[in-house]
Amino acid sequence: MSVRTLTIDGQPVAIAEGATILEAAKEAGIHIPTLCFLEGVSAVAACRMCLVEVEGISKLLPACVTQVAEEMVVHTNTPKLQEYRRMTVELLFAEGNHVCSICVANGNCELQDAAIKVGMDHTRFPYRFPNRSVDVSHPQFGIDHNRCILCTRCVRVCDEIEGAHVWDVAQRGTAAYIVSGLNQPWGEVDACTSCGKCVDACPTGAIFRKGTTTAEKQRDRAKLEFLVNAREKHEWTR
Amino acid sequence: MSKIKFATVWLAGCSGCHMSFLDLDEWLIELAEYVEVVYSPVGSDLKEYPEGVDVCLVEGGVANEDNLELIHLIRKRTKTLVSFGDCAVTANVPAMRNMLGGSEPVLRRGYLELADETPQLPYAPGIVPELLDRVLPVHEVVPVDIYMPGCPPDAHRIKATIEPLLKGEKPKMEGRDMIKFG
Repeated sequence: MSVRTLTIDGQPVAIAEGATILEAAKEAGIHIPTLCFLEGVSAVAACRMCLVEVEGISKLLPACVTQVAEEMVVHTNTPKLQEYRRMTVELLFAEGNHVCSICVANGNCELQDAAIKVGMDHTRFPYRFPNRSVDVSHPQFGIDHNRCILCTRCVRVCDEIEGAHVWDVAQRGTAAYIVSGLNQPWGEVDACTSCGKCVDACPTGAIFRKGTTTAEKQRDRAKLEFLVNAREKHEWTR
Repeated sequence: MSKIKFATVWLAGCSGCHMSFLDLDEWLIELAEYVEVVYSPVGSDLKEYPEGVDVCLVEGGVANEDNLELIHLIRKRTKTLVSFGDCAVTANVPAMRNMLGGSEPVLRRGYLELADETPQLPYAPGIVPELLDRVLPVHEVVPVDIYMPGCPPDAHRIKATIEPLLKGEKPKMEGRDMIKFG
């Protein structure tokens, strides 16, 4: 296995060929903020929180899907990146209907955490106030599309870990939303095993357990990592 | 040292931010030494928003024509305008009607479809302010100087925001201590 050497924030890093910048940064102890990235499932670069600057390339590149190259020089926290990250979070808030005060994940939400981290005290973009629905047809769970940021973590967890593939993304652009089954109410999708992995994976309050009220949503995020480890490395305890 | 002219305003909100303000308890007495309350639903009985206000906390979103008129007046007559709480910063709960397609369907639902007797839409020009079609956060209407999110911001955050303003300094709205939504 060949090794690639590169520089991240001035720090030399050596990592196996084929690794991503995000993995290399993690190895070097450098934190790159992420939102749609989830340990154990494939990376899709949907949210653009992990954008980094690579010298010699004018575009900003998502660290979660960009492979390292020999002698690459990466910057992860320049003023330009900080500005773009804040803008990303502001756009996510302006795009959906994120009424934190009535949200099940209030205080336990990765979008909120991201806002605090990037120093967002308001969004400069006008709110869209889209008309979105809530599906509580499933006996145990519900999905509130108002709070969805289309990170597709639920889609990937259900497909790649549970193997049920209940979720998908329908439509394009601003009309895009998460569908269950063949655009059926969630409760009518036979493929759903009611495992709840999508609830654990969701970064916001979009997918929740029924009966959960404001600020009550708790997730067992480590469960997903444990399942992947169990399967791939045969580590059956945690 | 002359006192700072201080105002608080209640637009479309639940008054929770003002309740949180009253939670400052004894510190309000200390605050009174530094400020002259020139306009406030909880601190004075003046009906006209005065000229030359130094600091104004604005609670609530801009939801009707009265709110709209007042916020423009506030901006014109205030040095430092603080967006006070989630409704002012994000439009929050009052703006949940924005997703229902303007004021008309909401009024219809509330006053006609759900009315037990004598269903009628409220109409009294000059007395009952007309609803705007959309509830807006304050900064989408006028420029805002400081944002204090939270539903409501708790008393210690209000104190941490006001204290520097009394010395003519700008508070640092950073980190989990100062930024909180919901």
